[in-house]
Amino acid sequence: MALMRVTSPHAHGPLSTSAVMQQVLLATVPGVLVLTAFFGFGTLVNIAFAALLAVSFEALALKLRGRPPGFYLGDCSALVTAVLLGIALPPYSPWWLIAVGIAAAILMAKHLYGGLGYNPFNPAMVGYVVLLISFPVQMTSWAPPRGAGEVPGLLEALRACFTPGSFDAITMATPLDVLKQNDALLVRDLWAQSPQFGRWAGLGWEWANLAFLAGGLWLLYRRIFTWHAPVAMLAVIALMAALFYDGGSSASGGSPLFHLLSGATMFGAFFIVTDPVTSAVSVRGRLVYGALVGLLVYLIRVFGNYPDAVAFAVLIMNFAAPFIDQYTQPRTYGHAGTGDGK
Amino acid sequence: MRKIHDFHGGIHPVENKHQSLHTPIRDAGIPAELTLPLSQHIGAPATPLVAVGERVLKGQLVAEATGLVSAALHAPTSGTVTAIEPRPIAHPSGLPAPCLVIASDGEDAWCELPPPCSFETLERPELLARIRAAGIAGMGGAGFPAAVKLGLKPGTQVETLIINGTECEPYITADDILMRERAAQIVRGAQILAHLVAPAETVIGIEDNKPEAIAAMCAAAEGTGIEIAVFPTKYPSGGEKQLIELLTGKQVPSGGLPMDVGVVCQNVGTAAAVADAVEHGRPLISRITTVTGAAVDEPQNFEVLLGTPMSHLLALAGYRAADNPRLVMGGPMMGFTVPDPGVPIVKTTNCILAPSAQELPAPPPAQACIRCGLCAEACPASLLPQQLYWFARGREFEKAEAHNLFDCIECGACSYVCPSNIPLVQYYRAAKAEVLQMRRDAQKAEHSRQRFEARQERLEREEAEKEARRAARKQAAEEKARRAADAGSGEADPVQAAIERAQARKAAQAAGAASEENPLQKLEKTVVTTRERLEKAEAKLAQARSEGADHIAALETGVEKTRAKLAAAEQALQDYQAQQTPAEPAPAGDAAQAAIQKAMAARAAQANKSPLEKARDNLEKLEARLAKSEARLAESRAAGEEEKIVEALASSVERLQEKVAAARAELAAEES
Amino acid sequence: MIELLVQHPLLAALLALVGLGAVFGALLGYAAVRFRTEGNPIVEQINAILPQTQCGQCGHPGCRPYAEAIAAGEDINKCPPGGQAGIEALAQLLDREVVPLDDEHGEEKVPQVAFIREDECIGCTKCIQACPVDAILGAAKHMHTVIASECTGCDLCVEPCPVDCIDMIPQAQTLQTWHWELPDTSNRGADIIATDAGEAA
Repeated sequence: MALMRVTSPHAHGPLSTSAVMQQVLLATVPGVLVLTAFFGFGTLVNIAFAALLAVSFEALALKLRGRPPGFYLGDCSALVTAVLLGIALPPYSPWWLIAVGIAAAILMAKHLYGGLGYNPFNPAMVGYVVLLISFPVQMTSWAPPRGAGEVPGLLEALRACFTPGSFDAITMATPLDVLKQNDALLVRDLWAQSPQFGRWAGLGWEWANLAFLAGGLWLLYRRIFTWHAPVAMLAVIALMAALFYDGGSSASGGSPLFHLLSGATMFGAFFIVTDPVTSAVSVRGRLVYGALVGLLVYLIRVFGNYPDAVAFAVLIMNFAAPFIDQYTQPRTYGHAGTGDGK
Repeated sequence: MRKIHDFHGGIHPVENKHQSLHTPIRDAGIPAELTLPLSQHIGAPATPLVAVGERVLKGQLVAEATGLVSAALHAPTSGTVTAIEPRPIAHPSGLPAPCLVIASDGEDAWCELPPPCSFETLERPELLARIRAAGIAGMGGAGFPAAVKLGLKPGTQVETLIINGTECEPYITADDILMRERAAQIVRGAQILAHLVAPAETVIGIEDNKPEAIAAMCAAAEGTGIEIAVFPTKYPSGGEKQLIELLTGKQVPSGGLPMDVGVVCQNVGTAAAVADAVEHGRPLISRITTVTGAAVDEPQNFEVLLGTPMSHLLALAGYRAADNPRLVMGGPMMGFTVPDPGVPIVKTTNCILAPSAQELPAPPPAQACIRCGLCAEACPASLLPQQLYWFARGREFEKAEAHNLFDCIECGACSYVCPSNIPLVQYYRAAKAEVLQMRRDAQKAEHSRQRFEARQERLEREEAEKEARRAARKQAAEEKARRAADAGSGEADPVQAAIERAQARKAAQAAGAASEENPLQKLEKTVVTTRERLEKAEAKLAQARSEGADHIAALETGVEKTRAKLAAAEQALQDYQAQQTPAEPAPAGDAAQAAIQKAMAARAAQANKSPLEKARDNLEKLEARLAKSEARLAESRAAGEEEKIVEALASSVERLQEKVAAARAELAAEES
Repeated sequence: MIELLVQHPLLAALLALVGLGAVFGALLGYAAVRFRTEGNPIVEQINAILPQTQCGQCGHPGCRPYAEAIAAGEDINKCPPGGQAGIEALAQLLDREVVPLDDEHGEEKVPQVAFIREDECIGCTKCIQACPVDAILGAAKHMHTVIASECTGCDLCVEPCPVDCIDMIPQAQTLQTWHWELPDTSNRGADIIATDAGEAA
């Protein structure tokens, strides 16, 4: 038997790309469970259908591009995109909405750019924004949480998805939306009047955010990503909220805790901003990247036209990531200055 | 206790060191044949001093250092030199390199060694000479000649002498066991080194995963002023640059040497070898090598003679070749695969790793880079490995260089952590090699350009000189004609005319002496005059014979001599003609241009032709060449030229005939 | 005049634009003259990229003449020894399009070095005269030899040899020149570029 001729190193660490993706999938479980507990089976149906479509579209795209689908599907990245988009979409979305979103994410944002690793924009967020701009009505209607309205069962969830015409959707403004539309009441009064609010933030939302936080902390513990981007993003959101929280007047932007536990804050911080492909790479770069995402999220939430803004903020910062990388090169061993601007 | 600094990045691979530490160092014995590569170190290969067939004694100098950065080689045992030839060596390429092969006689008879002495009594240059004579090269893996590293420029002040006992690579325990068993020798070596470089402090650095070695070293260093520094285990803290940062907090400048920050770094193995060389005069002929991996039954450390085939060691350790898909010299992180177990142990072989397929599986196909940044976190040089990877892959080597490609120490931490299994280190190695190749090519191109321009200049100058001579001759002729006309018309002073004629002749001769055609004329003239002289001499001889004069013998020798002269002159003329004829079609200067133009025309013509036409043309051309060659052959045969020339011509005719045949076949193929 | 302009806004706009154009044009023209940067003459830069084999395959008697021709507008793809890398470097320098090597002038080959089979050499000096870099050593009726380190592998000496004793041999790989190649991404059935799609299928 001829001896192998390979370059060093001969040892390899335990981590693989598919393992990373599987860990991320696993870490979404608590968040998905909480969402299901509060808003019913809509999210689960979203995720299941999106996953099915994503894998099919991925296989199709790989086939068209002449790549071996088996090898590439093995990295589970399409599944991750599907799960993230499924979580981001409103529960009880019709099938065509999911299909359009997944097509935009997998075909347009990912494979048109050359597949995993080559996409400049986060595929799930591209899918989300395409839908948000194209179908604003469907995208901004969110089901009421348990405790504030009726929650449909599994069969109804399936009906909502596959025969949208036969499903009479009950929707309710999200807490972020309520706060945005408010121009007369003190925050305290608003809290008392609207059934959407819970102890610190939106009813259900606060627990979903905490669940995503738990999942994110577990990923941090497993060293799937570093703390820099999420912490920077959360810190800036909290800082901005603290700066603009005037004690709860009608013009207030909401308390820091409210912002941290509302909308897609935690989900975005630990599952979207940490997407390695589209974010900045160096440690300093990730701090800058996360901080700017946080800033944009707050600015759009409070001063922009949309109630939540993680998707927009992330996409805008995706543009800037190479630029950030360019100016945050670490100082190489034995070199005097930083590698900036080279 | 000194402050231990930290360096960026690093990884914690599974150590796997315990397997080879169950038994003490074992002597590997004397194999039947030892193969000593002449280049076991960084720098110029050593120059052999012995001849094939010569008997050598153990420790005898068999190859001396070539130049400054080089190291000597000594016979590891007594025996006979059987060959000095290229043999496969431990190198990833599998290419052979010059080796000195010694068949051992089993007697293991030492040569006479310098008397043992104490280092304190030796002067610095003498110490250095002993280390240099012992052929010690860095035993940690790089193999930089120790004497070169220690030969400091006068006036330099060394702050810290670091003895590197880190051994951060998994599996390897050669230094560990050396420190356990020969701590005193290492400490003496460190003292010698300290005596040599006079540092402000001497530190022996050891990772905290070797408690027994640390205990032994601490005991041995007691009261010597040498400090034992223990630091947490992290790969690659044994890298020279990383270790310096760990122990001193200073970074070696990019492209610089440790000496630039006042540090000299030597391996513990080197220190032990230095002690041996200085105190006992023993050259470096053996080393400690770890044999480990799941494909050997008894992983352990051997004291092995340099030049011993790896297969000899592996057999001693119970090697199962069937379980071993790759054989690594060095550790799993920076070691390289060897193509054959028969390659010899060299000064830098600290470990032979024979892993099983389960232990170190074959690298899976690389997936896409997801820019996860784990590599950047692990990089001990604070590089951006994934950027370097993109640049190397896209062959944007300039950008890779701008991202400090050459600060990469190839430690393999990035590849180790890469979740996509990208062979990053291979990309960097290839990129570095390409950059160096490009630099060499640019240098060579510049060199060629200078030579070409120098040649052009020379040709032009020669042309100009020739032109000048031609002009001078023309002028002289005109002058002469004018004079002649003047002389014919006017009142001639015969004396003046004669003088002028003589002058003109002289001028013409002078002008002609340098000219191209003149030697020929001169030679011809020599032949003619010699022949005339010969005829005259012969006539005289005949006359003398008929008269029966008594000086016949003298005349005879004179005739002989003249005849010889004539023969020589004729030969010279012939030579000259032979030399001149080939050059005739074009003046020397334009041959290159003519060839280029010819080639150019031929290429231009060929471009527009069909393959059939091309083949036909090719055949025609070859046939023409063949005819020419045949003619030339016949000519030289007829002229009775030297046998060698005739032979050469004949063989070229044969070759051309073969080519013609091939071209015919090709033409036939094209036509059909 | 002003009234006319006021009455005809179109004319006014036209005039304004022309005026602006004239002013900025003059400014730029002045700047171009005043702040002209004296670069390395383009021919030198081109010549520095060319491989200096002096082989004449481009149809010019040497690399410098070809550099001059390129500067005068000739195609950049006529240099086989420079290869595709050379074309790319030229394209970048001259801001031209990267084109494939013109195979009319030859193919990209591994670097070669001329070798004279010395026992067959008759000492005719023809190759010496053909060598553009004086890399052949010898005298009339004496065996010639190639100084391998100076040889550019142009093969101009092969044609003139009357006894056909010159071989072009590829430069041998040694331990000093050997290195790891970039990983081959096309044969792993994965991570392949689009043009290799056929192989993967």
